[in-house]
Amino acid sequence: MDTSKIGKSYPAFEYEVGREKIREYANAVGETNPVYTDREAAKAAGFRDVVAPPMFAVVYSAGAMGPAVLDPELAINFMMMLHGSQEFVWSEPVCAGDTITTTATVKDLREEDGRRFYVFESVSINQDGKETVRGTWTNIVRGG
Amino acid sequence: MDQGETIPELRVTPDKYLPHRYAGASGDFNPIHIDPEFAKQVGLPGNILHGLYAMAQVARANAGAAGDDPRKLKRLSVQFRGMGFPEKEIVVTGTVKEVRDGHAVVDTVAEQDGNKIIRNAEAEIEIG
Repeated sequence: MDTSKIGKSYPAFEYEVGREKIREYANAVGETNPVYTDREAAKAAGFRDVVAPPMFAVVYSAGAMGPAVLDPELAINFMMMLHGSQEFVWSEPVCAGDTITTTATVKDLREEDGRRFYVFESVSINQDGKETVRGTWTNIVRGG
Repeated sequence: MDQGETIPELRVTPDKYLPHRYAGASGDFNPIHIDPEFAKQVGLPGNILHGLYAMAQVARANAGAAGDDPRKLKRLSVQFRGMGFPEKEIVVTGTVKEVRDGHAVVDTVAEQDGNKIIRNAEAEIEIG
């Protein structure tokens, strides 16, 4: 397996966080806490505006991850690809009105028991330069 | 919160059209999640839940154990194993593995009909 692309990074992706998008996501995953949908409840809890559920990180990171996973230089066999594991480490909360910039890099490429592991890291920062989340995305391709 | 303590169980049954709503909310329109016929053509029993939707349920269970405050969920890592399906109840359970420096590490599992759809999930939440 060609490991020369470990460390390769991809263009930053900017995402503008909308209030209705947070509400749509919160409703889809079944969140009931009004801090995710009601501006006044969010402010009373100390947030600038409605706050995004932690896993909303996948929504604002997706635009950075797409070009990384689709990189022809990595030549991932999508027919045999599984999303094997995922980690997020959260820092600053994300609220409606924020602009989040995410950068993806190739963290590791390795072969184990005939399976190929493609590991990406994403780092997201808000408009104040504060980190909101750091993601580790592991895709596994069976059969090499 | 002490070592060995369990977190409140989370139970949720995604309805038939939940994968469509999650696809719209997340932007992931992979047909294996929303098209039962396509899913069958590629050898699946039917359309399967998005793994990241199941992970969101694990996140909810852990944030719920920390006073339903999104700021208190610090880290979550999961392994996607097995497939989740709509119209079957998801049960998320967790046990505190370790407590240190005002943080608890919680081992969490999400199951459907006894099949683990998320395993080796480890969450770190702020407590106290």
